[in-house]
This record gives sequence, structure tokens and C-alpha cells, in this order.
Amino acid sequence: MSLLHIVTFSPFLLAIFVPFFYKYIRKVHTGWFVLPLPVLLFAYFTQFISTVSHGNTYEQSFKWIPSLGIDVRLYVDGLSLLFSLLITGIGSLVILYSIYYLSKTKEALNSFYVYLLLFMGAMLGVVLSDNVIVLYTFWELTSLSSFLLIGYWYQREKSRYGAQKSMLITVFGGLAMLGGFILLYIMSGTFSIREMVQNVGTIASHELFIPALILVLLGAFTKSAQFPFHIWLPDAMEAPTPVSAYLHSATMVKAGIYLLARLSPIFADTSVWFVTVSAVGITTLFWGSFSAVKQTDLKGILAFSTISQLGLIMSLIGVGSAALHYEFLGDNIYVVAITAAVFHLINHATFKGSLFMVVGIVDHETGTRDIRKLGGLMSFMPITFTIAIIGCFAMAGLPPFNGFLSKEMFFTGMVHVTKMDIYNMETWGVLFPVLAWIASVFTFVYSMVIVFKTFTGKYQPEKLAKKPHEAPIGMLVPPIILASLVILFGLFPNLLAHSIIEPAMASIMPALLDTGEKFYVHISFWHGWTPELFMTMGVIALGVLLFITVAKWSKLYSLFPQKLALNHFYDRGLSAIDKGSYSFMRLWMTGFLRDYLVYIFAFLIAIVLGTLFVKDAFSMKFDNLAPVGVYEAILIIAMIIAAFMTVLSKSRLTAIIALGMVGYSVALFFILFRAPDLALTQLVIETISTALFLLCFYHLPEMQRLPKKFKFRMNNFLISLGVGVTVTLVALSSHSTKLFDSITQYFVENSYTEAGGKNIVNVILVDFRGFDTLFEITVLGIAAFGIYAMIKLRLTRKESEE
Amino acid sequence: MKVNDLILQTVTKVVAFIILIFSIYLFWTGHYTPGGGFVGGLMASSALVLMLLAFDVKTIKNVIPFDYKMIIATGLFIAVATGLGSFVFDVPFLTHTFGHPHLPGLGEVSLATASLFDLGVYLVVVGVTMTIIQTIGESE
Repeated sequence: MSLLHIVTFSPFLLAIFVPFFYKYIRKVHTGWFVLPLPVLLFAYFTQFISTVSHGNTYEQSFKWIPSLGIDVRLYVDGLSLLFSLLITGIGSLVILYSIYYLSKTKEALNSFYVYLLLFMGAMLGVVLSDNVIVLYTFWELTSLSSFLLIGYWYQREKSRYGAQKSMLITVFGGLAMLGGFILLYIMSGTFSIREMVQNVGTIASHELFIPALILVLLGAFTKSAQFPFHIWLPDAMEAPTPVSAYLHSATMVKAGIYLLARLSPIFADTSVWFVTVSAVGITTLFWGSFSAVKQTDLKGILAFSTISQLGLIMSLIGVGSAALHYEFLGDNIYVVAITAAVFHLINHATFKGSLFMVVGIVDHETGTRDIRKLGGLMSFMPITFTIAIIGCFAMAGLPPFNGFLSKEMFFTGMVHVTKMDIYNMETWGVLFPVLAWIASVFTFVYSMVIVFKTFTGKYQPEKLAKKPHEAPIGMLVPPIILASLVILFGLFPNLLAHSIIEPAMASIMPALLDTGEKFYVHISFWHGWTPELFMTMGVIALGVLLFITVAKWSKLYSLFPQKLALNHFYDRGLSAIDKGSYSFMRLWMTGFLRDYLVYIFAFLIAIVLGTLFVKDAFSMKFDNLAPVGVYEAILIIAMIIAAFMTVLSKSRLTAIIALGMVGYSVALFFILFRAPDLALTQLVIETISTALFLLCFYHLPEMQRLPKKFKFRMNNFLISLGVGVTVTLVALSSHSTKLFDSITQYFVENSYTEAGGKNIVNVILVDFRGFDTLFEITVLGIAAFGIYAMIKLRLTRKESEE
Repeated sequence: MKVNDLILQTVTKVVAFIILIFSIYLFWTGHYTPGGGFVGGLMASSALVLMLLAFDVKTIKNVIPFDYKMIIATGLFIAVATGLGSFVFDVPFLTHTFGHPHLPGLGEVSLATASLFDLGVYLVVVGVTMTIIQTIGESE
């Protein structure tokens, strides 16, 4: 247990104490007790920056299940440090924000902070774990805590719907990912990611490589809300706004990106990876920004915006993998894509976090998030307005904010896809810059919608629930910090280049570096009259045009058929599964005993006969048979007649008598085959059971006493014929293939000398195999008590009813 | 309607004893000739059933005031106890022994502990059969 472990598990430890703070210290908002932890953790992680930026890593291991090779090995390198800083840093800000956002008296703060701390710890575990099983454990814990947080207002139906949807989709992906991890383990023999990276040659040539790749990608795509799994994210907006800001913009949705970046060294060298990741990323980017424009809820816009920005990062990671094919570091243009991915990851966390907080403030101070009701808030909330402008302009990719820089680099990466001469990109590559550019135009439009529809235009006080006013200072501090970071990283991007981005890139693409070599990143504002710059100008020009005319063309969205929407497919699919399984169960769980017997016997026939023929086990030998005597022949005929009478008789009484006849014939058989004990017992038992049958017959209710005619049913006939044939064949075969002598001889020889008895049957029953007899008499006892209880209890119930 | 079944009752008074004795015979000789606790028990209960048929349930309950459920329990107890008894002699569960002691007045007899176990079986069978028949007979 090292300090790093204590740090990772500290949120869980604190989560245990939160309810006590909540219960016993009611005067102070519980959030204040939570706040110091992420701040401390942030401080703790900053001390790694110097280690990591010099190309070193830090590792601590703690044995968990050593026999399975599962240990909690925590590993700090550029990538995990970047994520840890994001998680703890934005975590601190979100907790500060939530202290002012959530009411001390109205909300169940204890559960809120417990869930949030669970999430924070789980997220730290995901990014720091080196062991894939531990990573998976924390991964599912993030799904679970996210589920709890989305359903925080569980009395609302939409919250429950959103929570269930996100749970189903992310757990589906998580399980797929677990499958991928297990395949990786089969291929490499280790659960450790870094050891897998060392064995990458063996893994890449293995036949399970592609299945593992696809499964891992499923996990990453569902978690990071990529097309078509993005549908859970907009519904997750039912969560409290601090949760949306933290989980659904800055941290959890980036877990999928983290996973891809982390496993890039293993998978990135294949065309499947390149094509899938970049194509899904660019599709998501386009679809997310396209859908964001039609939203009227501010959080809805931000949700689709998050989807689209995640797609952007995803496509950059995909395109960046092409760098592995052009292996000279000097002017490798595809490395820029990785740089852009890491840089935009940071930028997105800053501006999207601040935008969610802004939306939260607007919601909190006006009572609505609907842009149709909002407008003219600029004079009421100047600070919020400023932050919104900074965040949105950064999101739209305008200078001098950090979004501009990462968007320029994004365009650079996309433009260079067209120049690629692998994977048929000569023909398809042109789609990438085109889709990226269109998506950027839409991004520009919805960013402007957020700012100008909310803060400028006509003020509509009659539609607002509250009189708007500026938020309290505590609510403003976190977005102010984030917005300052947006400007800071925009003006001085190289602050991050050396300390964070380079080490993170080194963890994503270690294969590009020789030992001792390092990436060199220098982000500059001005890089000449490049195509990217013209693209940005085009985006602004067309974006302004579209924003001004948005009211005219946004009706086009309603042309899109609702039936083809992915949500519709999801809902229909869910109810189809529900109804399908219900009707499937109703189809064969009929409630009739007769049907179940048909299934049981049909399966018996199919399995036993099938085995008999598949294994070619049927055999018939006649060399060891006893001669058939006259008495046996007569008895057989009598029994057959009796059996037919039982089945075909028209009255029950005949059937009972015929059954008795069968029973007495069996007793006679026992006599013929020299089994006197059996014959005695059979006689008495047959008498008793016939008497009991007659009793039952006598007590049948009046209505059904009419003797029913025997009804012929083809199904039943076939099934019973089948069972008879099966059993006969099996009996013949087993009789014909006796593999060893019976042990009878031992009993014959030893019954007198060992047990002092001459009746071998009785000696076996009470001495050699007395144990069986002991439990047979127990069974008899239980039967007697059962009958007694059934009859007596029925009587007492009747009495109590009267 | 009151039926005069004097013949049946008289015959029963004689025959029941014969059946009972036969059942005891079956039980005792079970180790050497066909018979044993199970058939013996069934035979004994058939004697009791015959008495039930000839007389009514109440009369028989007065004559033979046993709770048959207790007889089941006693039989099971005897069977388990013979099994447990083998532990006293440090041998596995349900190990039986036998001997041919010379008893005064009876001469040489063959005695086996397995018979004690068989006695348990006998009692359980009697108890079970009688419990079932009496319960069903008493209902309605």
C-alpha cells in the first residue's frame, strides 16, 4: 500500500464518512467537507509533472489476487497524469460549484456526495490502473456511480429513464470491453497493459486480434458516446448540472478516449483501427453538431456538442495512428493529429465544464433552460455572459481562445488524410476534411445560439419563473477559473506543450520514439496562409450567415423522419425485447402439465435416441439369452392385454382393475423369476394401491364422474411410442454390451459367513446396503406425515372458514 | 342402516391373530427365509385393517390405543440407533454383527443386530400404513 494507492482509494474512504458529516453537522453544507480532498489530490498529482515531463514514469504495485495475476498496479505516465489532473482539478471546481448549486435543506446531499466521490475514485482508478481487470472494475464503478447520479432526482420519470438508458448502453459496452480484455490476456498471457505493449508482435499476429480490437472499441465507443451509441448522453442531462459538467463533459465520457489512447500502442498499427476510429469519430462529430442545432434545451445543445467534440478527438486519435506508417519523426504530419487530440481534450474539458456551469447558473437564476423562453439576460448577468462568450467562442474555434488552436490542428490533420497513400484513403480520404468542415460550421452555429439566444435579444420576464439576477460568487468562481484557463491556454499554449502534452503523446505513441528521444511540440498561433486558416475563415463566414438565417432553415429539421431517429430504434428495440421474450415465454410456458410432459418426453427421446445413433451405440446380441418358457409367454400375453385395457378402457373402474391385473402379473413374474420377497411385497403393495385408487375414484366430484371416452391424440401417441421404443432400444443395447461381471457372487458367498443370514435379499437390505433402507423408511415416514398434514390441514381450514 | 356383520366380526377375532402371528413369523425368519421387516410390517397392518373393516375406527382406537405417528418415529429411532450403536464399538455406521448363543430353554439360536434394524423397518411400515389409512378413513 503506497501513497499512490491511498490517494486513489481516498475518495472511497471519504465517501464512508460523508453520511456522518451530513447527519451530525447540519449547519455546514456537506460539500465543504468533501472539497479539500480533490484539491489535495490535485496538488499531489501536480508534483508528478516534473517527473513525467522528463520522460520518467512512476509505478506502485499492490497485490490483490496474485494467483490470477491480478494486482492493483498503479502507473503514472503522461496520459494518466493528464487525466488525473483533469479529474481532480475539475472535480474540485465542480464540488465548489455544487455547494452553491444544491440546496442544503431540500436536497439529499449525503447521497449526492457519496455518489460523486465514488465516481471520482473510480475514474482515478480507471486512468491509473495498469491491470486491465482492475481497470474494468473501476470502469464499471464509473458506470454504476454515473447511473446513480443521473437518477439523483429519482422521483422524476425522465431521470429514471435516462439513468436506465445510460446504464444499459455503457454496461453493454463495458461487458464487451471485458471480453476484449480477456482475449488480450489469452493472446499475451498477462493482464498488465505495459507487458501487453511489450508483446505487441505476438498479439498483432494472433487470430484473436481483430475480435479483441472490435470488443475494446465497443467499450470505448459506448462510454464516449460515439455514433450510434451516443443516444444515452442527451438523456443523461436529467442529472443535476454539476454532475453533467463533471461526468458528461469533462471526465467520464473521456474514459473511452482514454482507453483508446491507452491501447493505441497495441492496436493502432492496423487498418481496422484507423478506419473504424476515424470514421466513427468523424461521423459522430458531424452528427452531434448537426443535431445540436435543433435542440431547444441548453443542456441538450451542450450534450450534443459534447458528443460532437468527443467525435472530433476520437477521429484525431484514429488519424494519428497513421503516423506509425510514416516513420520519420522530423516532419511527420500525422503526429500533429495526436497533439491536437491531447490538446483538444484539455481544451474541451475547460470550456465545456465552464459552459455547463453557465447553463446551470442560468437555470438556477431564471428557472428554465429553454432557449425559446430566455433572452436579454446580458444586463442581468454580465459575468455569466462573459464566461459564456469565452466558452462558446472557444468551442466555435475562434481566436484568441484555445479552441481556435486545437481546431486549426484538427483541420491540419484532416486535410492530410487526403494525402495518405494507405488503406484506400486516396479515394475516401476527401470525405474527412469535408465532413470536418461542415461539422465545424454547425458547431459555430450552435455556439452562437447558446450565447446570443440566451443573453441578447428580447427579455421575456413573463415566461420566466424567477426574476433573474447574477449568481452568488461561489457559483461564479469555478467557471471563472475555467474560463481563465481557456484564455490562458489560448494565449500561451506552450505552457502545456512541454509539461503535459509531450509526455501524454509519448504514452499514446511510444513506437515512434527511440530510446531517449522525445516529442517536440510547439503550438503557434500564426502558421502562415495555410488551407486550415482559409477553412476557419470559411467556417466563420458561413456560420454567421447560417446563424442569422437560423429561423428560416431550422424547419428543415422537422423533415427528418422521427421513425428513423436512433432513439426511436432504441425504444422500439427495448420494448420489442420485452414483448418478444414475454410472448416467447407465453408460447411454451402454457401452464398445462400435459404440455410440459410433452416437452420432457420429447427431449428424452431426442437426446437418448440421438446419442444412441450419433455414437452408433445400438447393438443386439442373442447369444446369452435364457429360453422362454410357457408360463412366461402366458403371463406376457396377459400383461399386454391388461395394459391395452388400461389404456383403451372407457371407464375408470376398468382401468383401475386392469392396472391391478398388471400389478398381480408382475408379482407372478417375480415368483417365476424366483424372487419370493419381491412377490410378497408386490402383492401387498398392489392391493393397497388399488384400494387407494378406488378410494380416489369414489371421491371424484359429481360433475366429472361421467366416464369419459378415451380420446386419441396423435401427438401423445407418437411421444409415448417414441419413449417406449427408446427405452426398449436402450435396454436391448445395454443388455448386449455387458462390460464386466456382476458383483452378485460376493453376496451369495458372504451373506452367511459375514452377516449370518441365508436370505440374501434381506441381508442386502438390512446389512450390506442398510443405509439405503434407512432412508427408504424415512421416505415412507415423510409420505405418511405428508398425507396426514394435507388432510388435517384441509379440514382445519374448512372449519375456520365456517 | 345397522348391518349385522356378526360373522365377519367373529372371523376377524380369530383371523386377525393368525395374521398377526404370521407377520411376526415373517419378521423373525426374514434373515433366513423370505420375509423380513417390510413384508412383516405390511402383514401386521393388514390384520389391523381387517379389524378396522369389521369394527369401526373408534372401537379399534379404544382397543389399540396407539398413536401410529409415534410408532413411525419409534421405528426410525430404532433404525438410526442401531446404526449409531456401531460407533460404540468403533466401527463404521450401520455395521452389524451376529452370533449363535446358547440360550437356556431355547437351545442354540441365531441372533443378529440386523434384526434390530429390521424391527425399526417393521414399526415404520406399520405406522405409515396405519397413519395413511386412518387419516383417509377419518376424513369426511
